[in-house]
Amino acid sequence: MRIVPSDRPPDQPARLVDDFTPDLIDVGAHQLCPGCGEPVAMRSAMEAISELGLEKRTIAVFGIGCYTAFSNNLDVEVLQALHGRAPSLATGVKRASPGTVVLTIQGDGDMVSEGLQEVVHAAARGEAITCIMLNNGVFGETGGHMTATTVLGQRTKTSLEGRDPDRHGRPILLASLLAQLEGTAFVARGAVNSAGNVARTKRLLIRALETQVKGAGFSFVEILTMCPTGWFIETEEAPAYLGEHLAAVHEPGVLKDVLA
Amino acid sequence: MTALSAAPASRLMQGSEAIAEAMIGAGCRFFAGYPMTPFTEVLEHMARKLAEVGGVCMNAESELEAVGMAWGAAATGTLAATGSTGQGLSLMQESLAEITLARLPLVVLNMSRGQGDYFQATRGGGHGDYRHIVLAPKDAAEAVELVGLAFELTVKWRNPVLVMGDYYLAHTARSVAIPAPVTHTLPSWALDGSSGGTGSAKLISFLGTQKQRSDVGYDLADHYTDCAKSTAAMAAGVDPLVESMGTDDAEVVVVAFGTPAKYVHSAVRQLRSEGAAVGYVRPVTLFPFPTEAVATAAAGAKAVAVYENNQGQMIDDVRLAVLGAAPVHFIGRLSIDSSGFGIAPDLDVEVIRDRIASVLDAAAGGT
Repeated sequence: MRIVPSDRPPDQPARLVDDFTPDLIDVGAHQLCPGCGEPVAMRSAMEAISELGLEKRTIAVFGIGCYTAFSNNLDVEVLQALHGRAPSLATGVKRASPGTVVLTIQGDGDMVSEGLQEVVHAAARGEAITCIMLNNGVFGETGGHMTATTVLGQRTKTSLEGRDPDRHGRPILLASLLAQLEGTAFVARGAVNSAGNVARTKRLLIRALETQVKGAGFSFVEILTMCPTGWFIETEEAPAYLGEHLAAVHEPGVLKDVLA
Repeated sequence: MTALSAAPASRLMQGSEAIAEAMIGAGCRFFAGYPMTPFTEVLEHMARKLAEVGGVCMNAESELEAVGMAWGAAATGTLAATGSTGQGLSLMQESLAEITLARLPLVVLNMSRGQGDYFQATRGGGHGDYRHIVLAPKDAAEAVELVGLAFELTVKWRNPVLVMGDYYLAHTARSVAIPAPVTHTLPSWALDGSSGGTGSAKLISFLGTQKQRSDVGYDLADHYTDCAKSTAAMAAGVDPLVESMGTDDAEVVVVAFGTPAKYVHSAVRQLRSEGAAVGYVRPVTLFPFPTEAVATAAAGAKAVAVYENNQGQMIDDVRLAVLGAAPVHFIGRLSIDSSGFGIAPDLDVEVIRDRIASVLDAAAGGT
């Protein structure tokens, strides 16, 4: 801990949120909950675009969830989609304007619960887009309800005693499902619960975008994100909870990379 | 409205093909659809013809994806269209509502079964607060003209335009002339990625397109107020099209739209040739509804009769136009047969003629 002396002027200038804001995010502040993993994931995605120099070719298609707060806060072009529908919009954008780099930003409720058919067909078509799923295993925006990726035993407002396979069914491991399809060129799962995982996730995002730029096929990155509010735990417990529960079922790693 | 002059390039075509030719001629370069009778042939023709001009036609995996793909293409400034049959349109409504609030141009075809989709077409069809311009051709030649107009209007008003057809329009052939191709220039709002990294990257969203530099989040109040203004301007700015006959001296005015109006027109012509004081009005734009034309036609009449192949839907708009100046009678009927395509025997000039005659008799008895 750094002790800030108050008996004299500071020996270094104050550091504002803006000083840490990536180039492609307009306003560094966000209105998401403390401890949320989604701003970290958004930051990683925007830094990946910057590092590849794709900011003048990129169109991001947003789903609906807490992360939608970023859809009018980016310095890349954005098209807002309905809940679950981003992959078909992204398909239309890419087919009509093949020179663009097109990605979707969706949550697990958006992509797996509401819109599973969309992402599966886009992947099967080998659509030259990159779909990014921010997976926290819960409908965060509505206040903590069960999604198709909620892990067994996880408590939500609609699985009060924990997700029970007999009553609620089992989670869908989307990355594993998509990796089986011939149209997918890159499928990976990262997490943002530690500095190391954030760095690894950014490398996955860069790899996915490179896959798209090279025209190799559909690319997919799932990012496990913290949601202490929707998990009903203390903020500081969330990174460890992610590692012990979500990541134990939705295991991080590269599932498929045809360019490797 | 002005009829197309017969051009030497006329060719015998089914309505589906004529509509496809007209869309491509109007500059449409992206089409997505999911097969469903009687919409299917439009999709087939687009799959073949769009490829020939460098456009894209997608056989989507569902109507939800068809409208989504068209939405994405429209956001790039490409002239885009989609469509289905009423049931498929129902699946698309959530997206159609939001595409309207995102202020994107899109042409939507409803090759419907019967005329039960009038409410769906003219009342918005989905959730939320919006309107679509709705055009209802009576045959393939008029469809060609109205498809061209649909693309003009959708670009001008940045609002989806719906073209209502049916089984007869899709599957009946006649000689049709296709107008000269129109070139389309990319609008300034179109996404192509290039505004990224400039500090003012473009945004197309049904939640609002203005970014708030000093804060995060959308200003929905501002956006919805702007949308309401645009809708009002569009409703006032689009000239309603209407076809009418013999309304000056009519004691009974018959109102009908789309294919069935052709049968009504025949029945009215027969009755007039026998001296009956009957007139005919056909709304060609269903929204904005030709309220003034219907009101004027009904002004001197003793009764108004509405023929449509449903339980009575357009009759609500006719009553709103007539405003009690004359009684409004429903003389239509559900036209359902085992095919379900709305091609039942109710579409019969003799049957329709008898129903109009009954209204004439009653009106005469009332004096």
